[in-house]
Amino acid sequence: MEKQAKQETIALNGDEAVAFAVKQCDVDVVAAYPITPQTIIVEKFSEYVANGEVQTEFVCTESEHSAMTACLAASATGARTFTASASAGLALMHEMLFVTSGCRAPVVMAIANRALSAPLNIHGDQSDSMAERDSGWIHIYVENAQEAYDSIIQAFKIAEDVDVSLPIIVGLDGFTVSHTLENVDVLSEDAVKQFVGERQLPNVLTHEGKTVPFKLDPDNPMTMGPIAFQNYYFEFKRQQEEGMKNALKRIQEVNTEYAKVTGRSYGNGLIDAYKLEDAEIAVVCVGSTSGTLKVIVDELRQEGVKAGLLRLRTFRPLPVEELRKALSNSTAVAVMDKSMSFGGFGGAVFTEVRHALYDDKKHPFIVNYIYGLGGRDYSPRELRTIFEELTNIARTRHVESQIHYLGLRE
Amino acid sequence: MSREKSWKEISIAGVCSKSSVGFMTGDWKTYTPIRDLEKCTKCLTCVMFCPEGAIKWRPEMGDIEFDFSFCKGCGICANECPTKAITMKIEGE
Amino acid sequence: MTTQEWRFTAKDIASKPDLFLSGHRACAGCGPASVLRLIMKATRGPTIVTEATGCMEVVSSIYPYTSWAVPWLHTAFENAAANASGIDAALKAMRKKGKVKQEHIDIIAIAGDGGTFDIGLQALSGAVERGHDFLFVLYDNEAYMNTGIQRSGGTPTGAATTTTPAGLVIPGKLEKKKPITEIMLAHDMEYVATASPYYWKDMLTKVRKGLEVNGPAFLHIFAPCPRGWRCEPSKAIEYSKLAVESCVFPIWEAVNGKRQLSTPSKLIALAPQKKKPVKDYLAGQGRFRHLFTPQNKHVLDEMQRLTDEHWERLLQKCEPSS
Repeated sequence: MEKQAKQETIALNGDEAVAFAVKQCDVDVVAAYPITPQTIIVEKFSEYVANGEVQTEFVCTESEHSAMTACLAASATGARTFTASASAGLALMHEMLFVTSGCRAPVVMAIANRALSAPLNIHGDQSDSMAERDSGWIHIYVENAQEAYDSIIQAFKIAEDVDVSLPIIVGLDGFTVSHTLENVDVLSEDAVKQFVGERQLPNVLTHEGKTVPFKLDPDNPMTMGPIAFQNYYFEFKRQQEEGMKNALKRIQEVNTEYAKVTGRSYGNGLIDAYKLEDAEIAVVCVGSTSGTLKVIVDELRQEGVKAGLLRLRTFRPLPVEELRKALSNSTAVAVMDKSMSFGGFGGAVFTEVRHALYDDKKHPFIVNYIYGLGGRDYSPRELRTIFEELTNIARTRHVESQIHYLGLRE
Repeated sequence: MSREKSWKEISIAGVCSKSSVGFMTGDWKTYTPIRDLEKCTKCLTCVMFCPEGAIKWRPEMGDIEFDFSFCKGCGICANECPTKAITMKIEGE
Repeated sequence: MTTQEWRFTAKDIASKPDLFLSGHRACAGCGPASVLRLIMKATRGPTIVTEATGCMEVVSSIYPYTSWAVPWLHTAFENAAANASGIDAALKAMRKKGKVKQEHIDIIAIAGDGGTFDIGLQALSGAVERGHDFLFVLYDNEAYMNTGIQRSGGTPTGAATTTTPAGLVIPGKLEKKKPITEIMLAHDMEYVATASPYYWKDMLTKVRKGLEVNGPAFLHIFAPCPRGWRCEPSKAIEYSKLAVESCVFPIWEAVNGKRQLSTPSKLIALAPQKKKPVKDYLAGQGRFRHLFTPQNKHVLDEMQRLTDEHWERLLQKCEPSS
């Protein structure tokens, strides 16, 4: 049994926890542009740079599009890179997200999840990163500042695995996690450096006929980012999908390895099941609301209700098998979405979870609760109504309405 | 002609695996440059301007050499030659 | 080796192996291809090239083939300069940790007028402001050629493009060519210059000077496109000469803001009778053909007037010739 590393408890909010983790991970280049509620990440990191606490080149780009570009180009040169954004900034990067994934650059990006315009809204919801779910990035969503710290460290290890080689988003709820102060147990810089290690590069075949590490290097010239016509483009996309498949395994491995060092693990890394084994009714949630929901589940259990919670930590790649196993025995499930897909049949998480369970012979009634948009607050009492509705559905075996808007003034 | 490779056989990220010198663009041309050796002063103007790099300076021969496997027959060499030593003729005539 | 020491003959350049290789898929007679092949002859050591989407990028990187004998990266259309920023930052960071073997690596960002004047301007301005060490080479063929000859901010007045066609009511592009080098000069850069491939010795010297700057440098190179300009495929280099002789594209360099005409343009300044009429430059280019009609004569006159005006203004801004 490996000895756990020494940890220190310090007060950090979610953004600060991210910056602190980045500081310890020996990142070569941080190229970023400020946007609420991520600003504390870049500001804190600037302090580290100004005080000589890091050896990182910090590039204050003139837009988020250039920030992602610079990270991609730096990563292509062999550097370990990090950036952070939110909302409109992430939307501005949209084009480059696909390019970064297509170029197989393991960029780590923290997203302080925030609503998209219009109207302008600076508060937390998950529409920004949900809108990027097709871009070929790994998505991990955290519940609190502690997990933000832990997940950033894990992110480098997951993304840089040569069989994964995909960029990764670590999402933390805007203001709720990003700006809330918590006690965070942090490792020493040496322990983090030892855990993450040096960046390993996959090997590629160049036009010189050599198989060499994948980076821009005058000693081994290679051409990156070509045009691929109808005869090859499809194959490269399939390769990215293989990276995602490998990520399913790798995320679990890293979660286990990290638990050995810190004593903390988040479910199996993909999903975090809470009192789900015998749950008749369950809620699926992404992000910090899970914290409140756990308290409600406990209350309900006290009252004799068999309630449970599934926190979906990894949204991409979607842990289909885990979802099936965890939810198949429940009678009624509510999936919560902090984003909307206009004109679709429910939000992103609802659609994907329901779809994952479709082929099972026995699957629960599944309904969607859209909530929290634009930072709309929700009380434990309101959240309890979800479980009440689920109890109703389980009893009557009838769904009155599939899509609910929690807290909306009709 | 080799078959196209499967996704498992090619390197990730689209790193190019062949040099373009393996792709002969010389069959594009309609006109081909013909050099009059008596007028040619080996000033190397044509070598400088050829967009294809299809005219090479051979120091060991003390002369230039046309690489017709890449020449597209644009005529820049003929147009720029200071002594009009190059003329463009329809290929095959 | 400083530029003062870099003396070269045609034989020296011709003996250097090409770094922009044969077998690329550019049109026959492509001006930009000639330019790129030549500028790569002025590299001085390990070099990384990054390019914006455009003609030269597409023709030289059709998977699985590549025409680049140096490390080369393309990501998107508007961000050649942002690519260069990332590469520069990565090399700086990795060198500090002893992870880069080479003592110095030159970075060249290449873009067409599309990826510079218009969509690429933001990234370029940002990269220059941040002081990254790279040379930005603009190959200007005066329209978005790769997507089918649409107008750009670099398209000159009067030119017909597919989005500014010469119609019954509107005779081609009405707007003026964006003064990109004036914009770059205003960024307080150490080295900004214009070049034309006909004057290849001058062009290569300028590339080398740009590489030697410890910081950002900008080089605007005139690169005629016979396909888009609808002229003979053999004329790209000839037009690059006529453009200078008619003062449509004067060539000069500015070191720390102090501007000096380069010899071909200087000769015209000293002997104004040598200045060719703009008409001579426009003749033979299909994109200006509509200007040689009575109803569009006023546009032709306007182009001569604009050229003269810019030339006079340029002469005033230049340092007195030594």
